[in-house]
Amino acid sequence: MIGGLFIYNHKGEVLISRVYRDDIGRNAVDAFRVNVIHARQQVRSPVTNIARTSFFHVKRSNIWLAAVTKQNVNAAMVFEFLYKMCDVMTAYFGKISEENIKNNFVLIYELLDEILDFGYPQNSETGALKTFITQTGIKSQSKEEQSQITSQVTGQIGWRREGIKYRRNELFLDVLESVNLLMSPQGQVLSAHVSGRVVMKSYLSGMPECKFGMNDKIVIDKQGKGGGNGCQSIAIDDCTFHQCVRLSKFDAERSISFIPPDGECELMRYRTTKDIILPFRVIPLVREVGRTKLEVKVVIKSNFKPSLLAQKIEVRIPTPLNTSGVQVICMKGKAKYKASENAIVWKIKRMAGMKESQISAEIELLPTNDKKKWARPPISMNFEVPFAPSGLKVRYLKVFEPKLNYSDHDVIKWVRYIGRSGIYETRC
Amino acid sequence: MEWANQLCENRQFGSKMTDSKYFTTTKKGEIFELKAELNSDKKEKKKEAVKKVIASMTVGKDVSALFPDVVNCMQTDNLELKKLVYLYLMNYAKSQPDMAIMAVNTFVKDCEDANPLIRALAVRTMGCIRVDKITEYLCEPLRKCLKDEDPYVRKTAAVCVAKLHDINAQLVEDQGFLDTLKDLISDSNPMVVANAVAALSEIAESHPNSNLLDLNPQSINKLLTALNECTEWGQIFILDCLANYTPRDDRESQSICERVTPRLSHANSAVVLSAVKVLMKFMEMLPKDLDYYSTLLKKLAPPLVTLLSAEPELQYVALRNINLIVQKRPEILKHEMKVFFVKYNDPIYVKLEKLDIMIRLASQANIAQVLAELKEYATEVDVDFVRKAVRAIGRCAIKVEQSAERCVSTLLDLIQTKVNYVVQEAIVVIKDIFRKYPNKYESVIATLCENLDSLDEPEARAAMIWIVGEYAERIDNADELLESFLEGFHDESTQVQLQLLTAIVKLFLKKPTETQELVQQVLSLATQDSDNPDLRDRGYIYWRLLSTDPVAAKEVVLAEKPLISEETDLIEPTLLEELICHIGTLASVYHKPPSAFVEGSRGVMHKRLPARTGSGESTESPDVGTAAGGSAPEAAPSIIPSQGDLLGDLLNLDMAPPTTSGPPPPTTGMQMGGMDLLGGGLDSLMGDESEPPHVPPRMDTPRSPSPQPPSPVYTHTDYTYTDYSHTDSPPDHSPTEHSPPAELGGDIGGSPAMGAGFGAAPAVMPASLNAPVGGGLGDLFDLGGVGMPMGAYIPPKIVWLPAMKAKGLEISGTFARRAGVIQMELILTNKAMSVMTDFAIQFNRNSFGLAPAGPLQVLTPLGPNQTIEVSLPLSTVGPVMKMDPLNNLQVAVKNNIDVFYFSCQYPISMLFVEDGKMERQVFLATWKDIPNDNESQFQIKDCHLNSDAASSKLQGSNIFTIAKRTVEGQDMLYMSIKLSNGIWVLAELRVQAGNSNYTISLKCRAPEVSQCVFQCYEAVLKN
Repeated sequence: MIGGLFIYNHKGEVLISRVYRDDIGRNAVDAFRVNVIHARQQVRSPVTNIARTSFFHVKRSNIWLAAVTKQNVNAAMVFEFLYKMCDVMTAYFGKISEENIKNNFVLIYELLDEILDFGYPQNSETGALKTFITQTGIKSQSKEEQSQITSQVTGQIGWRREGIKYRRNELFLDVLESVNLLMSPQGQVLSAHVSGRVVMKSYLSGMPECKFGMNDKIVIDKQGKGGGNGCQSIAIDDCTFHQCVRLSKFDAERSISFIPPDGECELMRYRTTKDIILPFRVIPLVREVGRTKLEVKVVIKSNFKPSLLAQKIEVRIPTPLNTSGVQVICMKGKAKYKASENAIVWKIKRMAGMKESQISAEIELLPTNDKKKWARPPISMNFEVPFAPSGLKVRYLKVFEPKLNYSDHDVIKWVRYIGRSGIYETRC
Repeated sequence: MEWANQLCENRQFGSKMTDSKYFTTTKKGEIFELKAELNSDKKEKKKEAVKKVIASMTVGKDVSALFPDVVNCMQTDNLELKKLVYLYLMNYAKSQPDMAIMAVNTFVKDCEDANPLIRALAVRTMGCIRVDKITEYLCEPLRKCLKDEDPYVRKTAAVCVAKLHDINAQLVEDQGFLDTLKDLISDSNPMVVANAVAALSEIAESHPNSNLLDLNPQSINKLLTALNECTEWGQIFILDCLANYTPRDDRESQSICERVTPRLSHANSAVVLSAVKVLMKFMEMLPKDLDYYSTLLKKLAPPLVTLLSAEPELQYVALRNINLIVQKRPEILKHEMKVFFVKYNDPIYVKLEKLDIMIRLASQANIAQVLAELKEYATEVDVDFVRKAVRAIGRCAIKVEQSAERCVSTLLDLIQTKVNYVVQEAIVVIKDIFRKYPNKYESVIATLCENLDSLDEPEARAAMIWIVGEYAERIDNADELLESFLEGFHDESTQVQLQLLTAIVKLFLKKPTETQELVQQVLSLATQDSDNPDLRDRGYIYWRLLSTDPVAAKEVVLAEKPLISEETDLIEPTLLEELICHIGTLASVYHKPPSAFVEGSRGVMHKRLPARTGSGESTESPDVGTAAGGSAPEAAPSIIPSQGDLLGDLLNLDMAPPTTSGPPPPTTGMQMGGMDLLGGGLDSLMGDESEPPHVPPRMDTPRSPSPQPPSPVYTHTDYTYTDYSHTDSPPDHSPTEHSPPAELGGDIGGSPAMGAGFGAAPAVMPASLNAPVGGGLGDLFDLGGVGMPMGAYIPPKIVWLPAMKAKGLEISGTFARRAGVIQMELILTNKAMSVMTDFAIQFNRNSFGLAPAGPLQVLTPLGPNQTIEVSLPLSTVGPVMKMDPLNNLQVAVKNNIDVFYFSCQYPISMLFVEDGKMERQVFLATWKDIPNDNESQFQIKDCHLNSDAASSKLQGSNIFTIAKRTVEGQDMLYMSIKLSNGIWVLAELRVQAGNSNYTISLKCRAPEVSQCVFQCYEAVLKN
């Protein structure tokens, strides 16, 4: 199991050091600094073995978190834990920065004591932790409160406490998708997938039992409606759920039921590869005119309902390292050559569906002796569209709270779809 | 530390009420000042002071002097302050054990506190104070806490048992905490269950043979129930624990799989990977024709793919595991090639891993896509990645024949880029393509030769030289090219030197007239001016070969080469199986067994996949065994590195197998492997029998071969081998007087059959193994019939329990293995005056888990002076504990009078299972793989059997002879044994005619069994 956990600043000075196991000595702190943080060459693996001691590290801005062990631990668990640790710290004091860590070091030690016992991760749900790790000094709890805390921390619903009350029961569902594409210069889709998340913000009283439904092909086919609602169903390749979702129920009936944590949580993640709506098509044309000139022409076409508007469109056209000057002409938006980034960045604020726009550029090159050819990195794109490129639709989210007297109808529900570009690249 | 002091200067910010101000204590009199503050009456001030102390501690300042003062602050109702003091205590208690005792009272008191959070905190902290004296005081509070009414306290106490066990294992056992911990597995609270499982698993790991976890269908059911209810971390503990269980039959295995599959949808990747581990392991037991089997295979792919959208560090862990899974079960991900395409901004460690998997998944169906991708990658920036991509193109060519042409043209395009490392890498892989498809792509040689000058890496140079030598007849200026390399011969690496030597000899054999000078030059460089023994030996061999029998030389050196295998870099099957059992853990990330990086006894036990054909344990369900009989071993050989590689390694060849990267391994290490196997063979070549086989032979002066021993064996780079006939007159090593090349020219055109010294056509190693009689290693694979197996050896019965000691009951007995069943054969004699009834028998835990498979069948009462013979079938699934000696068995026999105890030693040969015959290739690989430290040698004296008789005698006891070879009258038998618990023992038995002393070398991953195994040899052979 995890033998120790260290937090360093970018210089390699240790900010937090908590050792759980006897086999980890103080020299482990230095070993990581010397061999990883100060390493001459960038370390090429997130797992490093130094003198039979294994170090797992993640970096958040310029803070290093390292877990140390001498045993054959579950590596996936260690990384999951480190991410969770970051989440917990963020939930308590915001951004993970050197200053915040120093300002909260007592809190961090207290947290580390609670969520990692002898190197075994314990309940690390912020909802539960916040009930008893408060940093507000003396807080005498009544006996009931105490046992409520302990039963929540160890209980089946460790992520939600009892007795939550809201005057207005409200919930927000965000379907956030990132659409990834790799296209050949000829317009052939090399790979495309959508990774989506359903994020739920709930402000519900009591212990509400929720049921979530979407246009999952398997469910729709089972119900045999045959698209009676005009609702296209989608094939989900795979999905994972927040720990509040009853997995065995999903496995058996494919229904998503849960008691949500209070506030925000990522209910579900999913991935689709079939019938993806690719919001934009990029058509590149690169021509080398002699040894000192390149002509680039890029057309983008939007491919969705004309009534919808895409936003924050940005096309990034890489230029060779020996570029000396660039002339750009574009019909829409603004385009600029950014020498420091070796790219022409073309920005368009808004663009409706079924439109197209074009940019052409002349790139002057310095003659070089460099034998190595320019690698021609792909043209990448960023955008945001107000629909889900996977085609996912929320069909319902039902709320039942048997003990309190509010019904599904009393809950105000909001649903929003946002599709963003993930890695959206076209080779040129 | 620096930043602490920096903050000190910015004290004005200290007014901002944040904790960072605690890092800003003034340097002078700091300790003194803190002391005063710690003893202050004001609570707030105390707390502030403790915070300062902790801050100093974090940055590495020694604040141990404040120990008593800090401990004084412990008695407080302020939880935050208490936690801080505890943190301090955990850090310094070890350095101040006497003072730590001061804290004990508070701990004990806190363990009784009304607040469960405080009780838990106390018991949690106490376990972290690693002071022996404290542990004694810890026991009572811990016992209470393990039975506390509050689950939070119980779950903390469960972990505390593991802590205590780490400090004092004996204490934990004596106090019975292990039993309490086992009880907690049935706790009503899922988190308590999870922590108890974690603690027990850890404790069990340090006692590999104990049966602590005692998993049975009932407890498994409890765990599966808790799995649905506990936290994500708890689910990981439980799944990891489940993976250690071996279901009784396929039905149980399926029902567990069904209950584990929902976990594949968990958001936590570690839960998913641990579930995958359980499924991969239990799937082994499912019959392949079962519908559920294919359903399960389909279910595994999506979650594995989803892991690739996790954070990069987790992606890395996932990819390392997928690499294993793809090797074990390629069908799972065969359609998912695209998800492994590299993204431009993947971290380099993710890119490299993805590339590896892409090659493994490449097939005819997707090769076009893969090649297009690889070509893109070859133009990227990162040198390692580009190299790997180029190599991958070559591997695709070898793997998918239809794509070979396209691959070659892609490689040629890449060579045209003139990027140095790309060119070199391309040449290395093209060499392999030539090997795989001889006489197909030689047209590209001209292009390759253009780049000769730019090659500066040994591997690329060696590859190029090999190509020139191999195709010397088609390259007009081959002699010039090779000559140009010869100039700096001594500056080249060994790899290049050896290759150059071979290439020039090949050239000479192909174009004898023009290259005599060249060959003499290289031979003299190799034999006289080099102090590298490998190079010198090879030089001499060529020399003698050329001078004695040029026709033979031609046949040997220019022999047809065996094809190279398609798959490379595969993990050896036994290791792969073990790693599959460690999915998700560090072992799977390193691709090494835990014993390679974990110190001490933890995790050293080798895990294995359950066998589909149950050897002993699945007797209840014989249908399972027959359903998929033997499919597991069948799969094994296909994953082995190609035979050529294997022998290549064994015999210390320098030409790396296809696409194995890196410099050649250190010579001496490699040599050991080869020498061990070759044993006397090589010794005799060197004419120095007294030299121990482990020491690579060194020749200080050109020595003449010893006149006596005939038929030595040798191999060289091109995987050819020969036994060249012994020359009577030692060759003269002065090149001036040496005139073979001249004679050679004439002879070479002659019929190959004229090679007088050859008993048979030169065999190519290892593709055809029909070596001449007495040809050494070749014989190893060419074992004739081994004679009829005889029955297993059964030692005579001896008295185990004399009547004196057992109130008149005398027990004598022995052990036997009959038809695969181990039996304990007992003779019970009643030497007392009264009738004995109610017999029962029990074994103590023992090294191999022997246990009675049924009750002791003594049906009728045993009257005075009566004797009864009983035979008791034994199973090997009982609890395991290492005994000393290993084969010791402690037995308790009960009758109506009393319980009697005795111990006896069983011959370990009864544990040798019937399927202990290893594949030859596996044998070679395993022999090589087991470190030499694990080898033990014994002498068996006064044994008068010949080797065949010995072999058949041993076979009767399930000691299987895999191969036999004869070197100068000494027979070497290579044998394998498999113990009922899956341990393999490999043996080499040397029998010399006319010498009644046998020598036996045993190699085993668990060397402690060697002594017992030797005893069996002795017993079997002498009876």
